[in-house]
Amino acid sequence: MQVQDLEKIFQDKIDAEIKIEPKDWMPEAYRKTNIRQISQHAHSEVVGMLPEGNWISRAPSLKRKAILIAKVQDEAGHGLYLYSAAETLGSSRDEMIADLLSGKAKYSSIFNYPTLTWADMGAIGWLVDGAAILNQVMLCRTSYGPYARAMVRICKEESFHQRQGFESLLVLSKGTTEQKAMCQDAINRWWWPSLMMFGPKDSESTNSDQSMKWKIKRKTNDELRQQFVDMAAMQVKVLGMTLPDPDLKWNEERKHYDFGEINWEEFWNVVKGNGPCNKQRLAARNKAHDDGAWVREAAMAYQAKKEKKRNAA
Amino acid sequence: MNCTIKKFYYGDIPEDNSGSSNQPASNVSANSWPLWEVFIRSKQGLDHKHVGSLHAADATMAIENARDVYTRRQEGVSIWVVESKHITASNPDEAGELYEPAADKIYRHPTFYDLPDEVGHM
Ligand SMILES: [Fe+2]
Ligand SMILES: [Fe+2]
Repeated sequence: MQVQDLEKIFQDKIDAEIKIEPKDWMPEAYRKTNIRQISQHAHSEVVGMLPEGNWISRAPSLKRKAILIAKVQDEAGHGLYLYSAAETLGSSRDEMIADLLSGKAKYSSIFNYPTLTWADMGAIGWLVDGAAILNQVMLCRTSYGPYARAMVRICKEESFHQRQGFESLLVLSKGTTEQKAMCQDAINRWWWPSLMMFGPKDSESTNSDQSMKWKIKRKTNDELRQQFVDMAAMQVKVLGMTLPDPDLKWNEERKHYDFGEINWEEFWNVVKGNGPCNKQRLAARNKAHDDGAWVREAAMAYQAKKEKKRNAA
Repeated sequence: MNCTIKKFYYGDIPEDNSGSSNQPASNVSANSWPLWEVFIRSKQGLDHKHVGSLHAADATMAIENARDVYTRRQEGVSIWVVESKHITASNPDEAGELYEPAADKIYRHPTFYDLPDEVGHM
């Protein structure tokens, strides 16, 4: 069969909402895009454990500590589901990890911001997980089967992440003057980076229509961002706090909130590796990987020894 | 087909604009843990269902890891693991030959047979 025919069959399947599975024929660019997107998503889950891991030992109560550990453990699981999905496309786990550790592969820039106070744990759950959820809910319907299934599993676990974050901020918002100030400060610092999570404006992300045509994604950056702003603008009122944007205003005509311009220079700067914590995050991942090397080797050696014993018996 | 996709999102930052170091991956270890497929019985009386995969040095570790990643919220009461290399899958290109012969055999379904109402539920 000609490549053009295969491409047509492939696109027809996508148009008919039939999922693409690992052994099906697919265009090379579709495979590559999925590997890149899924592995970067996996890296984001893994690196995303670091800013929150920072507060596990300093959580204000045993209850909050247990919650935070459970959340961080979920993120590790999310990384695993996603690496597994990428592996079905022929990419090896070792390769993906090596690309993360060398700095070749990227992860979501949001995790290159520092977590300065306890209130940041609440703000991350509410805003960062909240933004991620919108993207992930959309991806539950992505065209590549294993990616979509991983997303369904992840979405089931994510809603607890956002709720625990919001609830934690709610407690602070009813606390002392200092606690209220801490809550507002965390919201101020995480708001804009959260908006940046959705990526550049549609007018600037060229060729994104191909990924829409292949139904890898189903909503544009701006659509998702607007959805997020509308949601957060309502919820912040419940906290009795404000979002740090003087231009934020309900637009009766559009039935959406208008909001101010994002600092794109900052966005690109962090993507390029110059954010406040880029180096620290990579160093932490590399250290964990290096320190764990002997454990991985020992496990293999133990397995080989057992195998030998079994064969001898 | 030569098209680059730029979605720039959580898990999709294109290579060109990202300031990647472009270092080739160097530390790929030769003796990495093998891949295992995980099957879980969600409750007594139901079949085991494929839920995903993971790496582990041996079967015992695969079960322990599967417990940690796939049953954190009581999603299962029993786990099967099998090394991925032992799975043989049918070829999707042969789906036509394999499954089409069943398509025109409607007489294999109960609805093919018209019976009088007096027979009752059958
Ligand atoms: Fe996650
Ligand atoms: Fe999360």
